[in-house]
Amino acid sequence: MLKKLSVLLLGLSLFASIACANMLNGAGATFPYPIYVKWNKMFADKTGIKVNYQGIGSGGGVQQFSAGVTDFGGSDAPMTDKEIAKAGGNVLHVPTVMGAVVVIYNLPGNPKVKLDGETLADIFQGKIKNWQQVDRSLPDLEIKVCHRSDGSGTTSIFTGYLAKVSLDWASNVGAGKAVAWPTGIGGKGNSGVAGSVKNIKGAIGYVELSYAMTNDLPMASLKNKAGVYVKASLDSTSAAASGALDSKAMKKLVEAGDFRLDLNNAPGKDSYPIVGMTWLLVHKTQNNSAKGQDLVAYLKWALTDGQKYAADLLYAPLPKNIAAKVLEQVDTIKI
Amino acid sequence: MLLLLLLLLLLIKSSLGFKTFGFGFFFSSAWDPLHDVFGALPFIYGTIMSSLIALLIALPLGLSCSIYLAEISHSKFKEHIATMIDLLAAIPSVVYGLWGIFVLAPALGGPSLLTGGVILSIMLLPTITAISREVIQAVPHNLRESALALGATKWETFKLAVFGPALSGIVGAVILGLGRALGETMAVTMVIGNRPAISPSLFAPAYTLASVIANEFAEATSEVNLSVLVELGLILLVITVIVNGIARILVWKTTGHKK
Repeated sequence: MLKKLSVLLLGLSLFASIACANMLNGAGATFPYPIYVKWNKMFADKTGIKVNYQGIGSGGGVQQFSAGVTDFGGSDAPMTDKEIAKAGGNVLHVPTVMGAVVVIYNLPGNPKVKLDGETLADIFQGKIKNWQQVDRSLPDLEIKVCHRSDGSGTTSIFTGYLAKVSLDWASNVGAGKAVAWPTGIGGKGNSGVAGSVKNIKGAIGYVELSYAMTNDLPMASLKNKAGVYVKASLDSTSAAASGALDSKAMKKLVEAGDFRLDLNNAPGKDSYPIVGMTWLLVHKTQNNSAKGQDLVAYLKWALTDGQKYAADLLYAPLPKNIAAKVLEQVDTIKI
Repeated sequence: MLLLLLLLLLLIKSSLGFKTFGFGFFFSSAWDPLHDVFGALPFIYGTIMSSLIALLIALPLGLSCSIYLAEISHSKFKEHIATMIDLLAAIPSVVYGLWGIFVLAPALGGPSLLTGGVILSIMLLPTITAISREVIQAVPHNLRESALALGATKWETFKLAVFGPALSGIVGAVILGLGRALGETMAVTMVIGNRPAISPSLFAPAYTLASVIANEFAEATSEVNLSVLVELGLILLVITVIVNGIARILVWKTTGHKK
């Protein structure tokens, strides 16, 4: 009896490992998780290739990818050169979709709020303490800062923007997935920050655009590099990517096949200033040719047909010219 | 044995953090993952304070509740109440957290150390009540009867004949509750404000050891950061062991005096 059972178990585990061999495994950022799940299902229906993605966070995604646990990784913050070296070098960042980070607030009567980058940085440093200091027409209320307590790509994009527009922020706090916040209350996840902002009068916080849109939260208009106050939307997010590509430095990166593009505070009058992309991380040389072929097919599909599903799920699709450049690089992956 | 292995693993994984910051780690309030500067003091303070607040609220409530259930109430009514209190223990902590975000935190003026403590106290209540009730019920009936026969009132009977024998069990209940409070992660993370700073006000946001591990572990990439988070886990383990040790001594002393 016991023998039979163990044979059965052995058979099952063998079967499971064979099934896994045909499956692409990835893990990482939670921000693009909904669209990756959608893509994986559509792609499996179309080609029969199974792709599995776990939303465990960008940090875990980079670690598992570097350790060779997964076939590809996912991250909202690009890997540094040091991290790439640790992962054995030769890592291609494949941008998939883009998102924006919006500033939400809780003020009685829901007045419109307009902010420029330096004011925002001063608020989040606790230097501007009252809404009247922002604008005379706003209520006389203490500003309560709310931020993410968990390490996140959203924080990385937001602090990246603040560091770019405020020297003060860059030298005192810096930019990263988790920083030493000079003031405020920490909430876990978008829901944690939004929950705190909803509960506290005079609160200000930041969340992903998609989260703010589904929950209908009031968003501040932000002054972009061209001096125009812009509301966050999928269009202004895509505009930021196009605007960023106009700069010489970006063009140079793209030509070199490096897509770790910083889209914060991009030029262009329609560009929303706090924008970031999310990446899939893949090795430029694939060891397992069957898996490598599947992976390349998946990436190509995601960058073309897959882009159609982005807007429905409140992600901004990649501008066509960037997608074309990325496709060129995907073609160079050695299988 | 398992505990030893766990301890060993935590020690190995946290050795880098210990090498980098030494004993100063326990007394420093700095926490900057970006520049790899870390200190554990605000988290130790937040963990102990929130658990103490919870105990301060839950102990009198839970104990009086259990005395009422065991000594005073009618049997039918008693069963219903007891089941309801036991059910409190079955609610997942994330549900407590959600309730905390939407109901408790607004009522108490936002996320704060106090809000975290109050959420914890509600979570401790069923543990303390259920165990204390069982312990009080387990006191032999002839003790009560002798006291009553000597002319003692109901309260005097409880005070003289029941409370003494039940005390060590009640301390045990408190310790079990405290253990839960010290290690509770989700519900506390959602309402405590997650700010690594020590403030004299109960209404200021704070941070606990378990919360910071839950918050930062998934996205921590630098080796020092990871190792420091494991070190915080080690500190939490040590605090729990110390609390348990104190409880053992208390139980041993109280029962020792009675004999």
